[in-house]
Formats: sequence, C-alpha cells, structure tokens
Amino acid sequence: MIEIKNLVVQIEDNRILNGLSLTVNDGEVAAIMGPNGSGKSTLSYVIAGKEDYEVLDGEILLDGENILEMSPDERAASGVFLAFQYPLEIPGVGTMTFLKATLNAQRRARGEGEISTPDFIRKVNAAAEKLEINKDMLKRALNVGFSGGEKKRMEILQMALLEPKFCVLDETDSGLDIDALRIVSEGVNALRAQGRSFLVITHYQRLLNHIVPDVVHVMSQGRIVKSGGKELALELEASGYAEYRTEAA
Amino acid sequence: MAEITPLRSPAETGLAKLFEATKMRYPTGVSIAREEAFRYFEAVGLPTRRVEAFKYTDLRSAFRDAAAPAEMPSAETAQAALSGAKGFAGLEALRLDFVNGHLITGSSDLGRAPEGVTITPLTEALSQGHALLDRLTPVRQASENPIYQLNTAFLADGALIHVAAGAKVEGPIHLRFVGAGGEAFSTATRVLVVLEEGAEATILETHEGPDGVAYQPNDAVDVVVGDHAVFRHARLNAEGRETVALSTLSARLGVEAAIETVNVVVGGVLSRHQVYLNFAGADAKAIVNGATMLNGSQLADTTFLADHAATGGVSRELFKTVVDGSATGVFQGKIIVQQAAQQTDGKMMSACLILSEDGQMMNKPELEIFADDVACGHGATCGALDEDLLFYLMQRGLPKAQAESLLVQAFLGEAIEAVSHEGAREALVGTIEAWLKARG
Repeated sequence: MIEIKNLVVQIEDNRILNGLSLTVNDGEVAAIMGPNGSGKSTLSYVIAGKEDYEVLDGEILLDGENILEMSPDERAASGVFLAFQYPLEIPGVGTMTFLKATLNAQRRARGEGEISTPDFIRKVNAAAEKLEINKDMLKRALNVGFSGGEKKRMEILQMALLEPKFCVLDETDSGLDIDALRIVSEGVNALRAQGRSFLVITHYQRLLNHIVPDVVHVMSQGRIVKSGGKELALELEASGYAEYRTEAA
Repeated sequence: MAEITPLRSPAETGLAKLFEATKMRYPTGVSIAREEAFRYFEAVGLPTRRVEAFKYTDLRSAFRDAAAPAEMPSAETAQAALSGAKGFAGLEALRLDFVNGHLITGSSDLGRAPEGVTITPLTEALSQGHALLDRLTPVRQASENPIYQLNTAFLADGALIHVAAGAKVEGPIHLRFVGAGGEAFSTATRVLVVLEEGAEATILETHEGPDGVAYQPNDAVDVVVGDHAVFRHARLNAEGRETVALSTLSARLGVEAAIETVNVVVGGVLSRHQVYLNFAGADAKAIVNGATMLNGSQLADTTFLADHAATGGVSRELFKTVVDGSATGVFQGKIIVQQAAQQTDGKMMSACLILSEDGQMMNKPELEIFADDVACGHGATCGALDEDLLFYLMQRGLPKAQAESLLVQAFLGEAIEAVSHEGAREALVGTIEAWLKARG
C-alpha cells in the first residue's frame, strides 16, 4: 500500500505540489484526473525519484517505508514502476539485453539469484504474446523506431516482467489508437492482483472504460480536490474541469 | 634585428645523435631514404602547437627525451612478453610477433602463410633490395608528416605481406606488438600490405606494453589495395599508461577497392593515430571508424585525411570518444575532393561523451572540395550522458553506474559494429566492457 502525505514539491522556485495527500490500498486501481498543469506528471516523477524536483515537505510511504530517501533504482527494486508518458528510445541497447539487465539488477538488489536464460526467454515470450509484440521488435534497440503504440506496449511488457508492487501509469492512453488502447488495457488488467496497486494518470475518461478504477481522484493546483467512485470520471467527462479550476483558485 | 635560431629541444638533439649512431646499419638505397627523411624532419623539428596539424597535440612537450631504439630482445624476454599478450589472444589467426619493435621469427607463423600469401621480414627485404619496397609510402601526404618521417628515419623492422591477385585469405593475420623491459626505449616498425587485384585479407593489430615504462613506439602500416581488392583492419591500442604511442596507417585504393579500418584506443599517456587514404581508383569505398576511451591525464589524437583523386569514391568515418578524468580527446579530419573526383560521397562524424568535469574534446573537421558534383558532410558533437535516459534506465532498476555503462557501451558500440571479423568485434566489445568495469 502506498501513502502520500502532505507532499510539497517545487521545481526552480515553482511550487507544483501543494500538500498533496493520497492513499492507494493494496490491489486497488486509483485514477487521477485533472486539467493540464495540475501537477499529475510531476507527481509521477517524484514518486519514481527523478532529480530536478525539490521535495520541501511530506512523505511517500511504500508499505510503511519512506521512499523519498531512495535513489530511482532502489525505488524500482522496492517495487515502484513508472510507465512513461513518452518512453525513451535508447539506440545501441538491444531490447532483450535491456530487459535482462533490469530484471537481474532488481533481483540482485533484493538478494535473489539471476534468472536463467531459458526462464528469461520463456517469460518474455509469454508476456510479448499477450501484448501482441512481435519477435522483431524484441530484436531491435529499445524503442528505436517503434510507433507510439509499440512503445506503450513495451512499457507494459516491462511491467509484466518486473512484477512491481506499485505501478504508476502516466497518460498511458496518449497517442494510442482504439486497438492499441484495448491491448494495453488488457495487459494492465491481467496484472491486477492482490499485493499490487495502480495509479492511473489520465486526462480522459476513455482509458477508464478499459481499466476500470476502484477510486477516482481529481487533482488541481497540486492537490487532490475531490475523490469518489468510478462514476466521478463520467461526471468529469460531462462537466469538464472548470469547477475545480475555480474552486482551487 | 638578430636572427632567431630555434633551440633544439633535448629530445631533438637526442634524436639527431641516435640517428647518426644507427644510420650506418642499413643498405645504401635505404640509407638514402632514411637520410632524406631525417633531414626533412630535422629542418622542422618536433611539432609544437603552432604547427596547425599538431594544434592540440604538442609532440615537443610530449618527448622530453629521445629514448634509444630498442635492441632485439632475448628469446626468453620475447617469450615472456608474448605469453602475457591479451589482445585478440583467443582468436585463430596467423601471427606475426613483434617485441620491442623487432620481428620475433621464432614465434611468428612465417612458414604457415596460406596459398597466395607471401610474408617477408622487413630486415630481409631491405638487405635483398626486395621489389616490393618500391611500393612503400603509398600516400604522398604521409611522407610530409614528421611522425612518418621519424618512422622512416629509424625504421628497424617490420614485414612485407603480399597477397596475390584473386586470393581471398580466410583467417586474419594478426600483427602482435608487445613492449617489454624496465627502461624507456623507442621502436620504429613498418608493415607493408599489398593486395593485388581482387585479393581480400583481414589484418588485426594489437599494441601492448608495460604500464610503468615511458617507451616510444612509432608504428606504420602501408597498404596498397589493388583494384577490386578488400582490406579489413581492426587495431587495438592497449599500450602502457606512460607510453607515447605514434602510429600511421596509409592506404592507396584502386578501382572499386574497399577498406574497412577500426581503431580502438585505451592505452598510452599520449597517442596519435594518423590515417591517410588516397582514393586513386574510381568507385573505391572506405569505412574508417574509431572508438577511444580515455581517463586520467591521457590524450588521444585521431588525425584523418581522405584525398579523393578519382570519381565516385565513398567514405564513411565515425569516431567515438569517451572522456573521463582530466583526459583530452582530439579529432582532426579532412576530406579533400580533387577537381576530377566528381560524385564523391564523403561523410565524417566525430561524437564525444564527456563523463567528468575536467575532460575535454577538440574537434577539427575540414572539407576541401574542388569538384562541383559531390556530397560531402561532416559533423561533430560533444556532450554528457543524457539525464533522461539515465533516469529511464534507473527507474527500471539499474544502479547508476550500470546505467551509465550501458549507455557508454551503446555509444561506442556503434563504431565497432563495422568490424567484419566476428571474433575481433566481440573481443573489442570485451575491451569496452573491461574499461567500463575498471571505471567502476
């Protein structure tokens, strides 16, 4: 379970998160919706540990442990996974080489042995098949020349392999066509389990038709301003964010 | 105003003395060439930064003393040095072993040359006045270069490798240069490779030596790539940490000839590798790559010249440099397209990754084009590792050092991909990995 308490974050003197508090329970899928500039992507980067952000106050507890003190790789090994809005292309680094290196790095950090090559390949192939990722993609450099949809599927493939405890999906629906949205959503739904929670960041209700959330939070001006059930997403779709903009302002 | 007499540096005085002491050893014809080369060198001296071609690499300062030419080592010394040589050690190859610049005939595979290949020790060729000697110095510009002149003046040993027309040599020929001993010494070797029409061969070169000795190797490889012939070449500079290592590769390309040469640098306190290409025949192709890894106070200079004299030449140059510590990388590249060389297609790229605060890279790309129907370009980049890429890799669980290594390896790997020989390519990837591992 993840608990974010009174998180205050700035970047270059610009206050982005203003005492944000949020709890995501075990096995829960929480959605965060909000207008542009409300701090949604900042929240995802701060959870994952990106530099450039100055945390002035607050805590992020993963199973009771404050992860703010950890480096990004330590957070990853503890179970934090961020599916990037814009996954990066890494020329010269083969996809399989990358996948194996990350999996083994996390296993080592947790004091587990390295995965055997046959087990690794079996695992990748099984996950790739579900996400309709063909073998040629796996032979290429990571994300290089992949379409937007292929990159997002590759993010979910990594999520499936690394089996994190807490997954943050940062606008995973952006740039996806209807079929890709379905494939990606099915991939995420297949990973829903007790002991794994999700924070799904999105502008649109569309994604939440596929990944049905347990809770919906509305974010504005760097705070959670309203929380409710999945029907809240539908209300927002109908009424827009105007009400929250003025309320927070 | 009083005339200024340039003062000779101690090294220049030393070189003059050494030249006088050693020059009588050689047969007359050779002596004349040496004498000319040395007089030419002497008039100019060791270049300082004021000489444009040495703007970033001050040889006068690098050579505080001129080390005496190394004597032929004893059989035991040679054996011990060779047994410790690691470069391309696991590869099946025909080997020519040089210890302290002398061909060790006892351990070299001189008698194992495959059909179509003739190998003659240079000392033997010089004393016989071998016909192939006329084909030395295949590129004019090299003979005007002080490093190459010194090589000619002090030439002590080497080999002539002749590949007959149409012969396609299967395995690689490995020129293994090893330094040994506790005292500073200098070497001057020359290997001439002549590929007759349609011949194909792969030459591997490794240079290794002790870390604590300021030895001064000066190695040159001259190549004549005949019409439709193919020359493949991979070179590893893993010299000792105090070595001042100078080297020159000059090649003349015939009609539809092809050359592939990749130079990997990890060694030497100062090293300069010069590549001179002369596109003499039409439609010749060249791939010239480099991967340089520097740390501490190392300086490595890659100086490249392509002279397109015939139509339709294609050249691709990709030089990658990684700089750590307070090291300095230097790249100077020049593409000349003569008026007759229409439809030349040349692309030259130098890219540098700087991993430290104090590291630096000097890039000097030049194009000199006299023809009007050509496609030539050059580019140079310099920067730190991409923070966003590092964050992405770390978010997936890679510790920072491992994430950096993966990115550096990918960066350098692109230059090494051009090595056709699979075993050599893998060994060079291993060199990168070892360098990164030592970095920690």
